[in-house]
Amino acid sequence: MSNTVIKVDNISKYYRLGVVNTGTLKDDLRLRMAKMRGKEADFYKIGEDRSTDSDFMWALNDVSFEVKQGEVLGIVGKNGAGKSTLLKILSRVTAPTSGNIKVKGRIASLLEVGTGFHPELTGRENIFLNGAILGMSKQEIKSKFDEIVDFSGVERYIDTPVKRYSSGMYVRLAFAVAAHLEPEILIVDEVLAVGDAEFQAKCLGKMKDVSGQGRTVLFVSHSMAAVKKLCTRAIVLKKGKITLDSDVISGIEDYLNTGVGVSDEGIIPDNASSYTTGDAKFKSIVVKNKKNERTNTLYYEQGFTVELELELYRDVEKAIIDFSIGNFENRFSYTSTFDINKNPVDLKKGTYTLSIDIDPKLLPGNYNFYLGVHDMSKTGLTLDLVERIKLITVLPITENNSVRYPLEVSLGSIRIDGNWKINKQL
Amino acid sequence: MRDNEHWDLVIKPKSNWLDINFADLWRYRDLILLFVRRDFVAQYKQTILGPVWHIIQPLFTTFLYAVVFGEIANLKTDGSPRPLFYLSGIIMWNFFSGCLLNTANTFIANAGIFGKIYFPRLVIPISTVISTSIRFGIQFFLLIAFLLFYIFVRDIHISITYYVLYVPILIIIMGVMGLGFGIMISSLTTKYRDIALFLGFALQLLMYLTPVIYPASLWGKYQWVMDINPMTPIIESFRHAMLGSGHFDMTGIIYSGIFSIVVFLIGAILFTRTEKTFMDTV
Repeated sequence: MSNTVIKVDNISKYYRLGVVNTGTLKDDLRLRMAKMRGKEADFYKIGEDRSTDSDFMWALNDVSFEVKQGEVLGIVGKNGAGKSTLLKILSRVTAPTSGNIKVKGRIASLLEVGTGFHPELTGRENIFLNGAILGMSKQEIKSKFDEIVDFSGVERYIDTPVKRYSSGMYVRLAFAVAAHLEPEILIVDEVLAVGDAEFQAKCLGKMKDVSGQGRTVLFVSHSMAAVKKLCTRAIVLKKGKITLDSDVISGIEDYLNTGVGVSDEGIIPDNASSYTTGDAKFKSIVVKNKKNERTNTLYYEQGFTVELELELYRDVEKAIIDFSIGNFENRFSYTSTFDINKNPVDLKKGTYTLSIDIDPKLLPGNYNFYLGVHDMSKTGLTLDLVERIKLITVLPITENNSVRYPLEVSLGSIRIDGNWKINKQL
Repeated sequence: MRDNEHWDLVIKPKSNWLDINFADLWRYRDLILLFVRRDFVAQYKQTILGPVWHIIQPLFTTFLYAVVFGEIANLKTDGSPRPLFYLSGIIMWNFFSGCLLNTANTFIANAGIFGKIYFPRLVIPISTVISTSIRFGIQFFLLIAFLLFYIFVRDIHISITYYVLYVPILIIIMGVMGLGFGIMISSLTTKYRDIALFLGFALQLLMYLTPVIYPASLWGKYQWVMDINPMTPIIESFRHAMLGSGHFDMTGIIYSGIFSIVVFLIGAILFTRTEKTFMDTV
């Protein structure tokens, strides 16, 4: 017998947009009448895209994977990538359109804690009700009751209706019940977003316990720190498909780098521009270290060179080109512009290569690039804009290992040196 | 990988017409009871009279009917004392409409829970029917109390026959019919909300077509209206068994029984078809 506990086989799920938008018998009849007359029904929302002809969208498209006993699988992806749909199917909230999932052992989901809590009932009553909704028997709850109350820390108020609880107490109690459920497979989604720091630490501890006992956890969260800490493997979903299935760190990197991926040679894909007039196109971007080697990993305190290739399809009278570095919260850390302080340059139609020598003193971490070319003769019309491309990682040590960034977490993105003076007071 | 392994659970697209997982329901029996308890406890939190409301409601309705339909409209009651006649009709009707109305919003009212956690969806209507049955039980004792009052205090002759033994069957048929209609409507309302709006007044209309406030014999040449209404034989026979008035209609009961089973099956088919994907449409 293998130790595969979840086997997902070619799961697909589609949502029919037409039906979701209607909802009354009248609308359905109108839709049907309109179809019979061969016309388009007239209750599309204004501004809705009618150019795509399909009536449905695939939330999940032919997804297959297996999870082994004891694995902590992180599921990452942008909004709308299909994470929630996958979890909903796994927790049997909705059925797939095709494919099947086989599961060994009890599966419990914490899609949202506190489900089924009734405000009029006391904490004690809610523990029993919520426990039963989550699939525990009365006997099971009774045996764990004290532990649950202990964990939640609301002992004093256990016989008070939960509507009188503070929201923090409410969440703590709810999570305590969920945490004491002992399923073979636990599905967790966004739970850690709530509660204070102390409580979050408690939750993370509990989840570690669960996985430590050889049970399987599926974990979806936007808290990347938590994913990094907890998961042994991650899958990345993009538009309903699995685009990556690997060890957790690279899974996260991939998730974070969802902007524009470039090839090893630095070629920027044709459709990468987030805005373009079609008059210009950034063709490639390459990062080189001081030894003129192509790289995407830089040492701390190491300057580097960025080489760009830009093609103009028309003459641009007053062009400015900008290059920015941003961190993963999409905040700009650094900008260099060619050349906003002097006079913008006149560029003829053709292909140009540009290079920027910079030493922005980036602190350790991961960074994205932003590129833009603008026509200042037309009040700054943007000709081509590429956002969030290429990833560089700045390591916490210098090249010869002589200096190490002393803190575990980077405080900001850029170091600015100050002149310190120290005098002992007399 | 060999596929003859044992899997505890297989999640598939909806397939069978009627697939009720009874083993699953049984595993969640504690939840059913907790829901019943929740319904009772939550309903009367912060009220002074609490469950006494279960008794007050039919009492007042009986009083009202006795005045309006009895004294003013002067509808006959087949020789039974008016309070007994109306009360017996009211508690039976309340039981039916309670089962129906309280289960009819299963999906809409519980969309929040259903959207997050799996448990057999039938748990909700089943627990609702149990709560409604308990309410009926309380009201049934009220009827018994009335009966005893009339027999011993007022000294009115009421012939209770062995037909009393059929009463549990009548109640079950009534409950199954209410549940069947309820889950049927709950499934349809996930798509067509109009039905929920229509339901309140449809039930009221149906009550006037059912011998709740008058005996079935009242309709004369329109007797067929009474005959096709599956509620008629239940309420008439219930009255006959408890009060001795009206008549006991065995054929009618069989008709109602079959009717209720058909309604329940249609309801259950719709329900199981809806429960798997309704989250996509609400």
